[in-house]
Amino acid sequence: MDTIRTEYLEERFKELQSAQTGSALQNWRSEGFKNFNKLGLPTLKNEEWKYTGISRLFTKDYTIPSKKDNVIDREIVDKTAIPGASGMEHLVFVNGKFNKDLSSFQSNDGFEICSLEEAFNGKYHEDAEAYFNKSSLFIKDGIHALNSSFMNESVFIKIRKNYHATKPFYFDHIFDTTSNHLLASPRILVVIEENANVQMIGSYYTHGSMDSFSNEVMEIVVKENARLEYYKIQNDTPNGSHTGTTHIRQIGKSYVHTVNISLNGGMIRNNTDIIMEEQANEAHMYGLYFLKGNTHVDNHTLVDNTKPHCFSNELYKGIIDEHATGVFSGKIYVRPDAQKINAYQSNKNILLSDTGTINTKPQLEIYADDVKCSHGCTVGRLDDEALYYLRARGINKDLAKSMLLKAFADEIVMQIKIEQLKEYVETQISDRLQLAD
Amino acid sequence: MADEMQLLEERVNREYEYGFSTDIETDTAPKGLNEDIIRLISRKKHEPEWLLEWRLKAFRHWEKMTMPKWANLQYPEIDFQDIIYYAAPKTKKAKPGKLEEVDPELLKTLDKLGISLNEQKRLTGVAVDVVMDSVSVATTFQEQLAEKGIIFCAMSEAIQKHPDLLRRYLGTVVPMTDNFFAALNSAVFTDGSFCYIPKGVRCPMELSTYFRINKENSGQFERTLIIAEDGAYVSYLEGCTAPRRDENQLHAAIVEIVAMEHAEVKYSTVQNWYPGDDAGKGGIYNFVTKRGICKGNNSKISWTQVETGSAITWKYPSVILKGDNSIGEFYSVALTTKFQQADTGTKMHHIGKNTRSRIVSKGISAGKSQNSYRGLVKVAKTAENARNFSQCDSLLLGDKCGAHTFPYIESKNNTAVVEHEATTSKIGEDQLFYCEQRGLDAEKAVALIVTGFAKEVMNNLPMEFAVEAQKLLAVSLEGSVG
Amino acid sequence: MLSIKNIHASIDGKQILKGLNLEIKPGEVHAIMGPNGSGKSTLASVLAGREEYEVTEGSVEFEGKNLLELSPEERAKEGLFLAFQYPVEIPGVSTTNFIKAALNEKRKYQGLEPLDAASFLKLLREKAALLELDKSLLSRSLNEGFSGGEKKRNEIFQMAVLDPKLTILDETDSGLDIDALRIVAKGVNTLHNADHSIIVITHYQRLLNYLQPDFVHVLMNGRIVKSGGKELALELEEKGYDFIKEELQESLTA
Repeated sequence: MDTIRTEYLEERFKELQSAQTGSALQNWRSEGFKNFNKLGLPTLKNEEWKYTGISRLFTKDYTIPSKKDNVIDREIVDKTAIPGASGMEHLVFVNGKFNKDLSSFQSNDGFEICSLEEAFNGKYHEDAEAYFNKSSLFIKDGIHALNSSFMNESVFIKIRKNYHATKPFYFDHIFDTTSNHLLASPRILVVIEENANVQMIGSYYTHGSMDSFSNEVMEIVVKENARLEYYKIQNDTPNGSHTGTTHIRQIGKSYVHTVNISLNGGMIRNNTDIIMEEQANEAHMYGLYFLKGNTHVDNHTLVDNTKPHCFSNELYKGIIDEHATGVFSGKIYVRPDAQKINAYQSNKNILLSDTGTINTKPQLEIYADDVKCSHGCTVGRLDDEALYYLRARGINKDLAKSMLLKAFADEIVMQIKIEQLKEYVETQISDRLQLAD
Repeated sequence: MADEMQLLEERVNREYEYGFSTDIETDTAPKGLNEDIIRLISRKKHEPEWLLEWRLKAFRHWEKMTMPKWANLQYPEIDFQDIIYYAAPKTKKAKPGKLEEVDPELLKTLDKLGISLNEQKRLTGVAVDVVMDSVSVATTFQEQLAEKGIIFCAMSEAIQKHPDLLRRYLGTVVPMTDNFFAALNSAVFTDGSFCYIPKGVRCPMELSTYFRINKENSGQFERTLIIAEDGAYVSYLEGCTAPRRDENQLHAAIVEIVAMEHAEVKYSTVQNWYPGDDAGKGGIYNFVTKRGICKGNNSKISWTQVETGSAITWKYPSVILKGDNSIGEFYSVALTTKFQQADTGTKMHHIGKNTRSRIVSKGISAGKSQNSYRGLVKVAKTAENARNFSQCDSLLLGDKCGAHTFPYIESKNNTAVVEHEATTSKIGEDQLFYCEQRGLDAEKAVALIVTGFAKEVMNNLPMEFAVEAQKLLAVSLEGSVG
Repeated sequence: MLSIKNIHASIDGKQILKGLNLEIKPGEVHAIMGPNGSGKSTLASVLAGREEYEVTEGSVEFEGKNLLELSPEERAKEGLFLAFQYPVEIPGVSTTNFIKAALNEKRKYQGLEPLDAASFLKLLREKAALLELDKSLLSRSLNEGFSGGEKKRNEIFQMAVLDPKLTILDETDSGLDIDALRIVAKGVNTLHNADHSIIVITHYQRLLNYLQPDFVHVLMNGRIVKSGGKELALELEEKGYDFIKEELQESLTA
């Protein structure tokens, strides 16, 4: 068995720090690396990582390029982007670093984009100080600390007050692994100001035959009366592994809608945390993991109700085929005095193969009494009754199965409110189910 | 309804009514844990060499282990060298049918606890084994049971009289290395009950063990082993109490159950260890490993528990469903008040084909307590057509307590169906109002609603126990409403 | 068209049908009546090919083919239609998509091209009108949130679109109010023709007021114990099933 190696990261860390002397992120990285050394990689004994042996990814040496590289060009970006990208606010990240030259924008007011370093040094100093790295208070593990250690050319985005974005913001992550295994650490801070309205998309693509491990931290702050939709689409190659934290703080009464679609990839862990810091916040969280091959997807969610009268509804669905593993771990957390909370959580899984695995752990942790919280989860197979009904109408078994699986998945896909993106996901699913149109 | 009302009427004491201690001479080992203490326990019990070696092996393993931290419980480090591991009332154990040999002081205690050893006086046949601190002090109905080939005796007696059976089964369901507390128990267990139901025999009466901690500073480490051969049936009850003391006392027990083909074992517990006082001082630390194996096809193991006592409860009565078509059940009511903390639930491990399991858990939190359900349903690749259904409901009484649900489902079989549902809510205002409008005060109304909430579980208790358990729920709730 | 010979069937080891015989010719309407637990719905399930039921003895021939060898979908494509007693709800599958898939599967089986979108929609509209089915139901998930009457009308609607040779109405009248019953009966009557046979499984006589059976059979304890014309249904309604039991007793003791 290959041994787990992280010692060499010390060297890489020093390289990065000396290449970036004077950067505003210098101290943050130092702090991050100190934490990483203290915490180490999470093992299966860590309750939060019980079903995802992330340390397995560290049996190889990763390169962590500190400078821009030019392998990824416009042609590759155009070829691999999701349909409709050319009409979006298209932010391209190469190897975890924001690449302005490859990015393109449709509008030039209503929002501000700069590097995090610039934000700290310039007029967004206050935002950066107030909102940066707050996710580390919630996720205290070595993987999060590792992102902080190696974040570089990170991005700060501010959606201005009252701005209703008509084009989605598309975070297009491309990883170049043509010659080396790659560790990328994308880091994004988004501040959505009062009454603003925005849709965002993230996607991940590994270019090359070596392995990528992208370890992303995205922090989003949502202010009073703002509205956020966030779509995370994972359709990477099997050599693309990923850990992503999407840490959303609803600091004003606001509305958040997230959809996470996982179709292909290596070992994937998605942390989606919603922190309800103001009364009467509302959040809807959806996820679909439709997996085959050896793909491993762990969806780890938290709804932290810190104030009264919040509402959240969460539905994650999984279809597991071949040797794939699907994990769901969701927590509804109600703090003392956060009364009148309504929180619902549901996780439904279908295991198709006799070599797949489903592990699920829905949790309620409740410290206030006047609440209505519930969760349910199922692990099972297709409904025999439904299958029989379809067959009794002359539909053959395979088609009947596909129709039922499509219907099962559609409940989540329907939650994608960007038409082109929805069609793209639908096509991917229909193709896998061998369903025509 | 009338019964429930009557039960509520019966409540008199606001205090833990079993909190007295008995002044009885005790033979105790010095505090602390080392190989010499284990040799001493083994010698006191005249154990064979293999058992001493077994204990020492467990101890050496335990020394390398650390206390589990994953449960949702907070308590100070336990100083395992500050505990007495052997404490025996200095009284001769009564021979079967010779109850006059029992120390009168002890009989008085048992009377106060509502346990009668007088076989003639009892209308319903319940055989009792009484374990006080480290030893069994009396076992009833042994002769009648023996006529049917049933062995029901103290563990220490079984070691002497049935060493082969013991050696064959001890530690086969809960291995000595299973967990920190199981290893500790394996090293220092003192007494407990042993029960063997031969092939094809339905045990004609309920068997029960009553555990009592009496001596201060002592821990209780009993061990129970139940074997049901092919086609056998037994219903087993367990009750427990302890004196009110300011220090926390440790209870780390093991129960092992083996059910062979077509056998059925029903195990019911009413756990009422001293929970600590209103300020959270004292109380029993209850770390228990209970596990049964449905070894034969078509066997069934059913756990029912009513947990109202202990400062800390850490227990997960489990079933390994190895035989095809075997059934595992877990019914639980856990009520926490004051500063109590409970992290309890079950494990259902499906291995055989067509295995079924059902989990019903009702948690009630009041005062400043924390109540967690933690359960694992594991479906192995081999468990074709396995089915599980779990329902876990939590009721909150007051805004200073917590109710938590942590189910784990792990499935590797594509024909299995596992379903889990859970809800958390506070007691319904409309229900309360309805009761109050009919003339019940708030406390009675709450007790009534809680009893209803727990009914599905209570219904699974044997009759004699159900009444006790309902009374216990009502009493435990007192003072927690308002 | 359908020939059932000495059929024995069981579920979970329990014998339900114990030697049932039935011959049905094209265009005939047969009513099968019987008390609860007599095996009526088992017969429907066995004919449609429900896998839980095991046929232990006997044969069923449908249009010259051994029906028992066919999968449920092959039976459907051969022209056998079961109107379910309890139509299942299938979230996420719209009624329209479902019927389209079923119809095209059948056409493929018959060597026909799939119906183009326009003709398909025309067909749907036409049949929906016949059953007075609210068009909004067609875009909703199959049977999900449908009322009892809507579910039953949806079954007959599907029958109308799929145009079977043999329809089995399994307690289609149960849970229907008088208006819904009339609509369902009208639908069935409109679609009944010389090539389309119907088996009506029912507990009561009321549906038969509308459907005019050629034959009425009484099923008891897994066997057809009495057959007659439609007057038998009226007699049953009047006297209950006990009179047949008594008759049987008499014939046994005689």
